[in-house]
Amino acid sequence: MIGNLDTAVLQQLWWLLCSVVGSLFLFLTFVQGGQTLLWQIAKTGTEKSMVINSLGRKWELTFTTLVLFGGALFAAFPKFYATSFGGAYWVWVIILFTFIIQAVSYEYRSKPGNVLGARVYELFLFINGSLGLLLIGAAVGTFFTGSNFVLDEYNLVSWTNPLRGLEAAFNLFNVSLGLFLVFHARSLGAMYLANNLDFKGHEEFEKRVRSAALINLVCGLPFLLYVLGSLVFMDGFAIEPATGKVFMETGKYLHNLQAMPAVAAMLTAGLVLVVAGIALTGFTSSRSGIWLGGPGTVLAGLALFLTAGYNNTPFYPSRSDLQSSLSIFNASSSHYTLTAMTYVAMVIPLVLAYIAYVWYLMDRKKLGAEDVSGDSAEVY
Amino acid sequence: MSVQFDPEMVNWARAQFALTAMFHWIFVPLTLGLSFLCAFFESIYVRTGDPSWKRLTKFWMKLFGINFAIGVATGIILEFEFGTNWSNYSWMVGDIFGAPLAIEGIVAFFLEATFFAVMFFGWDRVSRKFHLLSTWMVAIGSNLSALWILVANGWMQFPTGMKFNPDTARFEMQNVFDVIFSPVAISKFTHTTSSSFMLASMFVITVSSWFLLKKRHEELARRSIIVASVFGLLAGLITAATGDEAAYAVARHQPMKLAAFEGLWQGEEGAGLVGAGIINPEKRPGDSQEAFSFEIRVPGLLSLLANREAGSFVPGINDLVYGNRQHGVTGVKEKMELGKKAVSALAAYKQAQKQGDSQAMARALEEFSHYSANLGYGYLKSPEEAVPPVAISFYAFHLMVMLGTFLMLLCAMYLLLGIKNRLQGNTLLLAAGLFSFFLALAASQAGWVVAEVGRQPWAIQDLLPVTVARSNLTAATVKTTFFMFLLTFTLLLVAEVKIMLTQIRKGPEEVK
Ligand code: HDD
Ligand code: HEM
Ligand code: HEM
Repeated sequence: MIGNLDTAVLQQLWWLLCSVVGSLFLFLTFVQGGQTLLWQIAKTGTEKSMVINSLGRKWELTFTTLVLFGGALFAAFPKFYATSFGGAYWVWVIILFTFIIQAVSYEYRSKPGNVLGARVYELFLFINGSLGLLLIGAAVGTFFTGSNFVLDEYNLVSWTNPLRGLEAAFNLFNVSLGLFLVFHARSLGAMYLANNLDFKGHEEFEKRVRSAALINLVCGLPFLLYVLGSLVFMDGFAIEPATGKVFMETGKYLHNLQAMPAVAAMLTAGLVLVVAGIALTGFTSSRSGIWLGGPGTVLAGLALFLTAGYNNTPFYPSRSDLQSSLSIFNASSSHYTLTAMTYVAMVIPLVLAYIAYVWYLMDRKKLGAEDVSGDSAEVY
Repeated sequence: MSVQFDPEMVNWARAQFALTAMFHWIFVPLTLGLSFLCAFFESIYVRTGDPSWKRLTKFWMKLFGINFAIGVATGIILEFEFGTNWSNYSWMVGDIFGAPLAIEGIVAFFLEATFFAVMFFGWDRVSRKFHLLSTWMVAIGSNLSALWILVANGWMQFPTGMKFNPDTARFEMQNVFDVIFSPVAISKFTHTTSSSFMLASMFVITVSSWFLLKKRHEELARRSIIVASVFGLLAGLITAATGDEAAYAVARHQPMKLAAFEGLWQGEEGAGLVGAGIINPEKRPGDSQEAFSFEIRVPGLLSLLANREAGSFVPGINDLVYGNRQHGVTGVKEKMELGKKAVSALAAYKQAQKQGDSQAMARALEEFSHYSANLGYGYLKSPEEAVPPVAISFYAFHLMVMLGTFLMLLCAMYLLLGIKNRLQGNTLLLAAGLFSFFLALAASQAGWVVAEVGRQPWAIQDLLPVTVARSNLTAATVKTTFFMFLLTFTLLLVAEVKIMLTQIRKGPEEVK
């Protein structure tokens, strides 16, 4: 059945699937955002412990989604995987590094004999949430601003900038996207904590959490506006459908949004939902902000990825050599592999279902101060 | 394709992969086995309702959690290292190799990650049954992740189910079932998981022996030992059987690796198996020096193990390098000539493609198809390059087998004395038990050294040498990240060991 689909359809489908995973990751960065809020919102040891334990029940999910994002791109668009990781070496190595130090920090932070001391592990969490996300944002930014590479006739990559990917962090658009992601993750973190914690006896703490959602929206807004403004006005990379030639087109990304009204609608709806979620958290005593802000993030993220990859747009453009640019058509796996992978992808709804069910079971009872007292194995 | 490369860069990239994989492999086998042991312990608790089994379960789970975190931290580096350090590889085989990695993420890692949270934090939040189910899910999930990564690795050792596409200059998948059910993948998966069960059983035995020696938590220690030694003994038997199966698969698909880890230079009919020996380090392919300065040999046994036939011919390193007409072995030398033709036909094809000359393209393609099976050999510089480090392979293999045999006996002793409740006071056995985890770890690491060092110089057997698989990076860059990872992982390892020891010293908690 799937085997009869056109390669082009499968390529679009897999770009969509990768985009969904990437956007879910952006939603789940509430973990990273929460990590950077630690010092600001938690004033006592108990409050800190509540934040860490609440996030600590979700960090693996975020982490695994990132791993899957990598794996899915490898399987569906191996040329992107090879070009970007082998080319933009330093930016990826540093991102990965911030995730190594995150992975151990929850488990080790409060355990006796942890060598480095709790503060160092908290610093690790902060680095992961700030530097890690900033660089991820910068890397995603290069989907629009382009990178510095050339592919030879065997499709092997040479990078033409000695910074090997770190140069992405010196581009205003990329950095703005990165900073926006950092602040946005903080808002998400606050919304998540407002939902997940039982603040009984810690009303001041709750206030701090709720206002953090608002403050970080305000801080992130200028960067968001800059990113959106640039997207509308900047020159973009485009593919001529007939020949496959890549050229620069004025207002390309605006054209994409016009050509794909559904995507434009997702972007608008996503941003509205995010703002609504933050407002709900900041101004009312509702716990549901995250259930607007999260899906809003997914929609906005999807719009971003789809703008980058659909409508004859190379999603990993090269500034050094336009014709080396990668699109979903020239970077993908074979028809056979995409078909096989599509069958596998059918289990994704099942995976989402059990994740949702476990989330529901575990979070029915909110996490309160009494859950983090004592030093049993169940406390981070 | 450019055969220009900086050997230093390639060596640093290899060292980096070895470093990160071996770090990952300190934690992973323990995860694979301990997750099942926790599930056994908890099943007994749910069955009996005896709170002291709950206490026991929670104790081992705590150690499991400490170990798990750092396994995850090292795993993410590995996953992306294929892209960062081996990007030509990622492109050339990504069409096949990427799929298992993605499937691993979808079907295995989420299972682990989701139910892990229940297993640790769900004691008071979900029903007893659901908690038990979660613990089993973690065990199944972690072992499923082993399945997919080992399918990927098995494919590198025995590439099958694919075809080279000259237009894209890469290998493309033709049959996913050939990849998944390749005999190499199956023997790899069964051997690796069973040996990991063994290793985790030794972990439980090591910690419990320490308790017995210190005369603390003796009941918990004895119960743990009985479950672990049953599991360890069964796993040990399966490890030996599947190890034999692995050797058989190696003999079929990677005869050079087999010759290297057996130290067999000159092929023979009815070849003997060297049980133990000291390799002559000066020996080179083609020379007439002695292979061993000391050896214990069992006549005929190698032929039996490798081919399931006592008198059969097993090719040695020299036969494989220089060829042996009498036994129909094509030498590397000859394969290199064929391979060079494949490489130049491919170049001609690319040239013709550029000029839009479809006739020349067809001609080059026809030419290429004759030689493509030996493509990888076209990139070698000398036939001797196809020989992996013999001494390392030999010693690693023999260490693994000896330790495996010893540990199985140890498990049997523990089981026997454990049931009779005569472990206390048997100081010698307990002292041996104290070391057993470290011996198992050594065996397990040695196994990977056999598998991975023995397939050098190939990243993909016969098709892609490591020198071509690399990324376009400078040696200095890879060296920098090598030390960065070395430092970080060492620091985290030290922290992990200290935390683990502290928790073991604290012992189990009282349960409410
Ligand atoms: C506790 C660990 C342990 C123990 C006791 C053994 N092994 Fe093993 N062995 C492994 C752990 C391991 C491993 C780490 O799991 C390897 C590395 C790659 C693989 O597939 O499994 C391996 C690889 C490996 C290979 C190479 C496979 C390849 O290159 O593809 C062979 C031929 C054997 N083993 C054979 C044996 C035999 C005959 C044993 C006799 C008892 C044995 N092993 C015990
Ligand atoms: C060299 C290739 C390998 C890669 C790319 C790799 C990748 C990874 C990654 C990305 C993770 C973290 C997953 C998470 O987010 O939870 C991980 C963990 C894990 N890997 Fe590996 N891995 C490799 C080798 C192996 C092998 C050979 C096995 C087993 C036979 C294995 C078994 C596991 C298991 C059980 C875990 C989960 C928990 C733990 O590590 O303790 N991996 N691996
Ligand atoms: C976790 C267990 C593993 C261990 C301990 C291990 C060990 C090693 C060692 C020692 C080397 C260096 C060989 C040399 O350069 O002489 C190596 C290389 C390598 N291994 Fe593994 N390996 C493991 C699993 C895997 C798996 C599962 C894969 C693939 C799916 C893999 C792929 C590679 C690659 C690509 C290299 C580098 C290229 C090469 O040197 O051939 N390894 N590994």
